[in-house]
Amino acid sequence: MLVAACSSRAPTPVDPAPPPAIPAAGLLAPAAFDSIAERPPRSQAMFVEITRVLTHARCVNCHPADDSPRQGDLHALHDPPVERGPANHGIVAMQCQTCHQDRNVVLARVPGARGWKLAPLSMAWLGKSPAQICAQLSDPERNGGRTLAQVHEHLGHDALVAWGWAPGAGRAPAPGSQAQLATLFQAWIDTGAVCPQENVK
Amino acid sequence: MIQLSVNGKAHEVDADPEMPLLWVLRDLLGLTGTKYGCGEALCGACTVHLDGDPVRACVTPVRRAAGRAVTTIEGLSPTGEHPLQKAWVELGVPQCGFCQAGQIMSAAALLAANPRPSDDEIDRSLAGNLCRCGTYVRIRAAVRKAAGP
Repeated sequence: MLVAACSSRAPTPVDPAPPPAIPAAGLLAPAAFDSIAERPPRSQAMFVEITRVLTHARCVNCHPADDSPRQGDLHALHDPPVERGPANHGIVAMQCQTCHQDRNVVLARVPGARGWKLAPLSMAWLGKSPAQICAQLSDPERNGGRTLAQVHEHLGHDALVAWGWAPGAGRAPAPGSQAQLATLFQAWIDTGAVCPQENVK
Repeated sequence: MIQLSVNGKAHEVDADPEMPLLWVLRDLLGLTGTKYGCGEALCGACTVHLDGDPVRACVTPVRRAAGRAVTTIEGLSPTGEHPLQKAWVELGVPQCGFCQAGQIMSAAALLAANPRPSDDEIDRSLAGNLCRCGTYVRIRAAVRKAAGP
């Protein structure tokens, strides 16, 4: 009764056993692009593959172009209606850490990881094309002042990024693994870090 | 054993580190002013403060509270005379009352950070505290009253 009374969304069935994990879809390895002889188009193709992760709901929901995080595979507005706030982790009394912990809360199904927060507006990915995301990631003015090597380090080892592959039961993980993403990102750097053209989806 | 400071008093509780703080407060320490609503951090009824910051106790593992100052509705004012509590009484805010402890704890954090919030700021900071009785207008008025002229 109280569950129905206090939630603004459809009540979640009370079931102590979480649903089975959704298997991750694969991510192509660098060798899969060997058939593209020219380095620039090979690099571009790799980045398009990388955007299968970057535009996945587990990643892009916290990279919105406005002040509301999203949730779910359809990028629904966050419920409760939290806001970005001045430091990207909410406003007073409605901060990310008001609810989100340093790890997933299994029974309540609240996702969590260390450093849970929104990406800055300069790093908005939701609704962006691979070309736009690539330009943003490559621009120190918009990527947090990082070199590509530092972006690689961030993608490959950051704990909040890692959550994308361990999002908790009921949420599809990002394609592949964090290690596979790091390998592919390094291969993209090694082939010249060429961004895809705007018409590539 | 986990060392806790709740409302200024030291406690040592024998609890699983993952046990929600809410149940430590209610079942182990007998502080039943904090309510269980949804259990999913969606309604705000279980709001308490950790070092002054509101958290939803229903999803907060007690390990997160170790070594930090926990404040519940019972500890907001030893005499029940926090400006919010007085305003709540004066304006007769509660209907059923179930959500009110959480509402007051969120409002207390808001006033601590922003002593003169606008109506819009009140609404936005309390947007995670649901009231099925629909007392939102009175809640907003009481927060305004507690903030002073």
